[in-house]
Amino acid sequence: MIDYEAQSRKLFELYEQHTGTAKDFANAEADDESLMATFAASQWQLMWRKFVRNKVAIIGGVIILLYYLTALFAGFVAPYTLSTRFVKYIYMPPQRVHLFHDGKFQPYVYDVELEVDENLRKIYTPNPDVIIPIRFFARGEPYKLFGLIETDVHLFLTPEGIVSLLGTDRQGRDMFSRVLYGSQVSLTIGLLGVLMSLTFGSVLGIASGYYGGWIDELIQRLIELVRSFPAIPLWMALSAAVPPHWPPLRTYFVVTLILSVIGWTWLARQLRGKVLAMRNEEFILAAKLSGASDARIIFRHLVPATFSHIIVVSTLAMPAMILAETALSFLGLGLRPPITSWGVLLKEVQNLQSIALYPWVFTPALAIAIAILAFNFLGDGLRDAADPYTV
Amino acid sequence: MVTYILRRIAGMIPTLIVVSIISFIIIQLPPGDFFTTLQAETAQTGGGQDTETVKLMQERYGLDQPWTTQYFRWISGFPRGDFGWSLEWHSPVLPLVLERMGYTCLVGGLSLVFMVVVAVPIGIYSATHQYSIGDHVLSFLGFLGLSLPGFLLALLWMFLGIVVLHIPVGGVQAIKFSGQPMSVAKALDYLNHLWPPAVILGLASTAQLQRIMRGNLLDVLGQQYITTARAKGLPERKVINKYGVRVAINPLISVMAMEVPKIISESTIVGIVMSIPTTGPLLLRSLLSQDMYLAGGFLLFMSLLLMFANLLADIALAWADPRIRYT
Repeated sequence: MIDYEAQSRKLFELYEQHTGTAKDFANAEADDESLMATFAASQWQLMWRKFVRNKVAIIGGVIILLYYLTALFAGFVAPYTLSTRFVKYIYMPPQRVHLFHDGKFQPYVYDVELEVDENLRKIYTPNPDVIIPIRFFARGEPYKLFGLIETDVHLFLTPEGIVSLLGTDRQGRDMFSRVLYGSQVSLTIGLLGVLMSLTFGSVLGIASGYYGGWIDELIQRLIELVRSFPAIPLWMALSAAVPPHWPPLRTYFVVTLILSVIGWTWLARQLRGKVLAMRNEEFILAAKLSGASDARIIFRHLVPATFSHIIVVSTLAMPAMILAETALSFLGLGLRPPITSWGVLLKEVQNLQSIALYPWVFTPALAIAIAILAFNFLGDGLRDAADPYTV
Repeated sequence: MVTYILRRIAGMIPTLIVVSIISFIIIQLPPGDFFTTLQAETAQTGGGQDTETVKLMQERYGLDQPWTTQYFRWISGFPRGDFGWSLEWHSPVLPLVLERMGYTCLVGGLSLVFMVVVAVPIGIYSATHQYSIGDHVLSFLGFLGLSLPGFLLALLWMFLGIVVLHIPVGGVQAIKFSGQPMSVAKALDYLNHLWPPAVILGLASTAQLQRIMRGNLLDVLGQQYITTARAKGLPERKVINKYGVRVAINPLISVMAMEVPKIISESTIVGIVMSIPTTGPLLLRSLLSQDMYLAGGFLLFMSLLLMFANLLADIALAWADPRIRYT
C-alpha cells in the first residue's frame, strides 16, 4: 500500500527546499517573536510604525516642532525685541553670514556702509574690512522668557554692530526677530482656534451622531445655516465689529472665537459621520446591553475610538485657522498692533512698491507658506497612519 | 423635476430669512455708525442737500427706532428691489452689489472652467500612468496646490510678478483701455488680467478634483466590464475614454459643487489682494467705513449666490445621475 501521507510530506519538503520557504529552525524563534510583536501591538503602536515610515510627514512634523519651539523661546532666539529700532539701518537688506574666519569656526557678518543715491534711495554695501563676529549666548536686551523669567541672554548677538538675517523694515526693526515674535501669536491662535472649534464640534458632532432624532436634526440645521454664509465675508463682517479700542488680549480671544464660529461645523460633520458608522457596531451594542450609561458609552467607547480621527482632523484644520487670522489681520480687520502676528507684519508691507524695492519685508509670507505646507504634510501622514490596517 | 426644483427653492426661503436676520445683527454690531457721523458732518457744514437725504433716510429706515423695527423696515423694501441705501456712495445698494457680484461670477466661472479643463486630463493621465514619475510629480503638485490657498497664492503671485517678472499685476484692465468702448483688444485685455485670479482661485479645487478623478478612474478601470472591453479587442483609447472616463466623471459634479462655496468665499480676499473689483474690495471698504446697508447687502447676496450654486449642483447631479430620484 502506498503511503500517500508520507509522499505528500516529502513533496512539500521538496517544494519548501526548492522555493526557499522552508523554515529556518535556528531563527524560527526570533521570527515568531517579531511576528508576535506585530500581532500584539496596540493600535497606537501600529499607527506610530506606519507614520514613521512616511518621510514627508516626518519632515513636516519636525518643521512644526521647530516652529513651536522657536515660538516658545522667541525672546531667546531673536537677537532683538519686537520694538528695537535701528534708526541708522532702515530697509537694510539681509546680511550674509560667513561661517569660518581664518580657518576657525567663527561666524561673522560684514559691517555695512550706507550710501544715498541720486534718487534718495538707500544703498547698503557690505564692507569686507570690518567684520562683526557673532557671539553666542551673549547678553543683550532684557526680555521675559515665557512671559515670566526675566533675562537678557540671547542665542546669538553681535555686540560690535548689527546682525539682521532677514533685513530690517521701514522703521529699522529686525525682520528676523519680528517674524519670530509674530509666530508666537499666529501659531497659538491656530492652536486655540482649533481647540475651540474642536470643543464645539466634537460635543455637537458626537451628540448629533449618537442620539440621532430631533437632536441630530436641530444640529444639522444649525450647521447648514452657518454654512450658508460664505466663510471669509462672514469672518470679515464679524471681525469688523471688534472695537479698535479693546485691550490686545481681549481682541486676541475674540478673533480666535470668530475663527472657530465656522471651523466647528466641518469638525462636527466629520465626527458625526464617524459616530454614525460606529453606533451600530457590536462593541457599542455590547456596552448598551450591559447597562452602560450614555455618558459612559460616549466617553469610554466613542471618544477613544474617534480620537485618532479627531487628531487628524484638527491637524488638517490648523492651516485654515492660521491663514484666516493672517488674512483678516492683513486686511486690518483682525489683530492690530501692538499685537504682532504674521498677518500684522504683512499689513505693514503696505504697498506693492515697497515689495519691489525691499523684497525681504515679504518674508512673513514665506514663513506662513512653510508652516502651512508642513501642517498639511503632517496631517496627510497622520491621516494615513490613523488607519493602520490598510496598506 | 419641476416640482423638485420648486420645492428646493421654497425650502430656501426660511434659511434666507434667518440669514437676513443674522446679517442685520452683524451689521448692527459695531459701535457707532456711519449715519451718526454723517449727521454730525451735515450739521457742521450747514446742511444743504444732504440734510434732506439724512432726514429721508431716517424716516425710510427708521434709524431712530429700535433695531427690530429697523430690520422690518429694511426687509420691507426687498420685494421692490430696495435693499437699503449706501451712505458712502449716495446710491441704492442693489446696483453696487450686482455690479461687483458680476465680477465675482465672472472670475469664479472662469476658475470653474479652468478646474475642469485642467483637472480631468491630469486625473486621466495620473490614473492611466499610475505610479509613474509623471503621476508622482502631478500628485505632488496637486498636493501643493491643495495646501496653498488663494490668499497666499495671490500674495506670492503679486510678489513674483513685481520682484521677479517685472510685469504689471492686479487690476482688471490696462489704463489705456479705460473709458474706451468694448473691442476685441479690450476683451483680450480683460482676459489677460482675469486669468491669474481665476487660476489662483481654482488651483486648490483643481487639485481636489484631479485627486478624485484619478481615484474614480482607477476604481472604474478595475471593473470587469473594462476587462471585457479590452478582451473584445477595443483600442485602449476607446476603452479609457468611452468606458472608463464616462463613468468616472459623474461624481465630479458633486465635488465641483462642493468647491463653489470655497471659490465664492476666497474670491473676496483674492479680489482684495489683486485689486479685482469682485465683492471683496467694496465689502471691505463698507465694513471699515461702517456703511451698514451695503455690507449687509453683500452678505445677503453672497449667501444667496451660495445657496443657488448648491441648488444648481443638486439639479445637475439629479440630471446626470438617473439613480437619484427627485421626489
